[in-house]
Amino acid sequence: MSDLSLPLGLDFIGANDRARSVTTERRRVRIALIAIAVIFLSLFILLPLISVFIEAFRAGLNTYWVAITEPDALAAVRLTLLVAAIAVPANVIFGIAASWAIAKFEFPGKSFLNTLIDLPFSVSPVISGLVFVLLFGLQGYFGHWLRDHDIQIIFAVPGIVLATIFVTFPFVARELVPLMQEQGTQDEEAALSLGASGFQTFWRITLPNVKWALLYGVILCNARAMGEFGAVSVVSGHIRGKTNTMPLHVEVLYNDYNSAAAFAVASLLALLALVTLAVKIALEWRYADQIAGSNRH
Amino acid sequence: MAGARGLALKQPSVIPGFGLALGFTLTYLSLIVLIPLAALILYASSLGFSGFWQLVTEPRTLAALRVSFVISFIAAVINVIFGLIVAWVLIRYRFPGRRFLDAIVDLPFALPTAVAGIALTAIYAPNGWIGGLLDPWGIKVAYTPLGIGVALVFIGLPFVVRTVQPVLEDFEREVEEAAVSLGATRRQTVFRVMLPALLPAILTGFALAFARAVGEYGSVIFIAGNIPYVSEIAPLLIVIKLEEFNYGGATAIAAAMLLIAFLIILVINLIQAWQRRRFSQ
Repeated sequence: MSDLSLPLGLDFIGANDRARSVTTERRRVRIALIAIAVIFLSLFILLPLISVFIEAFRAGLNTYWVAITEPDALAAVRLTLLVAAIAVPANVIFGIAASWAIAKFEFPGKSFLNTLIDLPFSVSPVISGLVFVLLFGLQGYFGHWLRDHDIQIIFAVPGIVLATIFVTFPFVARELVPLMQEQGTQDEEAALSLGASGFQTFWRITLPNVKWALLYGVILCNARAMGEFGAVSVVSGHIRGKTNTMPLHVEVLYNDYNSAAAFAVASLLALLALVTLAVKIALEWRYADQIAGSNRH
Repeated sequence: MAGARGLALKQPSVIPGFGLALGFTLTYLSLIVLIPLAALILYASSLGFSGFWQLVTEPRTLAALRVSFVISFIAAVINVIFGLIVAWVLIRYRFPGRRFLDAIVDLPFALPTAVAGIALTAIYAPNGWIGGLLDPWGIKVAYTPLGIGVALVFIGLPFVVRTVQPVLEDFEREVEEAAVSLGATRRQTVFRVMLPALLPAILTGFALAFARAVGEYGSVIFIAGNIPYVSEIAPLLIVIKLEEFNYGGATAIAAAMLLIAFLIILVINLIQAWQRRRFSQ
């Protein structure tokens, strides 16, 4: 407490000053750089986050409660949960299959396959929705056939699910593949030579080895699945109570100049983002060595 | 096993499940990603080159593409500058709140884009916290191209920070010490020894932020004002064309966006390869 006289206790940056002086900047420069980083992050990242909650509660608790419990909002929450409940497990199964094939075996075209898996990340969300409209929309390649058989994909839930699976496609695979490649095949070979079946080997050896990375991929995949806007917006048709997910419901409310309600629903999504970040960071701190891809996004 | 089937598809292994795993992977990949993207290419090519060219060179389309690419480029440059400072501060310095700052860098990855969009609009609108401060100076952010830039800086920042951070962390202190012992000043060490070594990571971060910005939709449309020829981005124009059931127009813009983005990434990759060659010599 003796250095209370130092403004903000700035000595912390100078603790190793003499020892490190050749490989660090002058104190003045350091403080300036820290200030720039703090101000920049506060302005661009912290402030928007805080404003979501302040705007959400600005009109009072009652308005907030009404906004998140009215039927259209509840329908949006249900649809969002439904879409995530389909998209995330689908991509988990894919991620496990892809990482098993890529990490445990040698075959030609492997790195090309790896590149293809990342493809959805480099496509604009709007284009991710567009491709399904081109396939299943009324003037799309299968449009007439679908209409004749009375199947609706675009402007309906199946289209929303497909678009969500597309944009969240790489999340699980890209966490599992590098980790399983690093772990090699010795554990599995040992289990098999001791008489375990293929499924036993996977269930009791491989899966426990990658469980934290899998969880890591799942929470990132889930956050994107629940929060996706562009791709879903293109295929949804914005039918209130029917094809509006939570982010789309936020947009509809906002465009109706119902800002308080828009921010109320948005605050639920912001909360999801905060929980996602918290779990992600907890995993990175505790199991850093068991999450190979933790520095990649 | 593979040999028994007469296919030298993979190297022999005692681990089972190759056929099932790869078969499922390829089927799923094709159904979800490859066939839909192929539909886009097929649709675009069915327009014919002159049809495609006519759609893409419509003045409103050209304006939207220009808005998207120019502002994304500027935002990515800003992200490189500030992302580098943030990464530097987070790796090199110890100060209270460092871990907290490190954690919130990922927020743009986790926060749904629509939420970011309305939040940034609320802040930068003329009656918002920051917009209100800038308004007396005649600076309008929300509903102008400047607002688009703000949203794109927001969503692009973590790409630069997270690509530079690990490289900076692994940077050998001995190299810096060597530079100093050879008489370099700190400024020379940073700008002529360290930054060139970080350049590939910086370029990768730039490319990722830029690519993401060009395609970004949710966070931009709320703050942009969406005035044709001024603050209308290309992804929004795709949505507008689709709402008019103009599939051809939408596809042409999408194909042009993918093509330009692909070319830019290619150029950046070439620069990186050239950098690596220069450094390995």
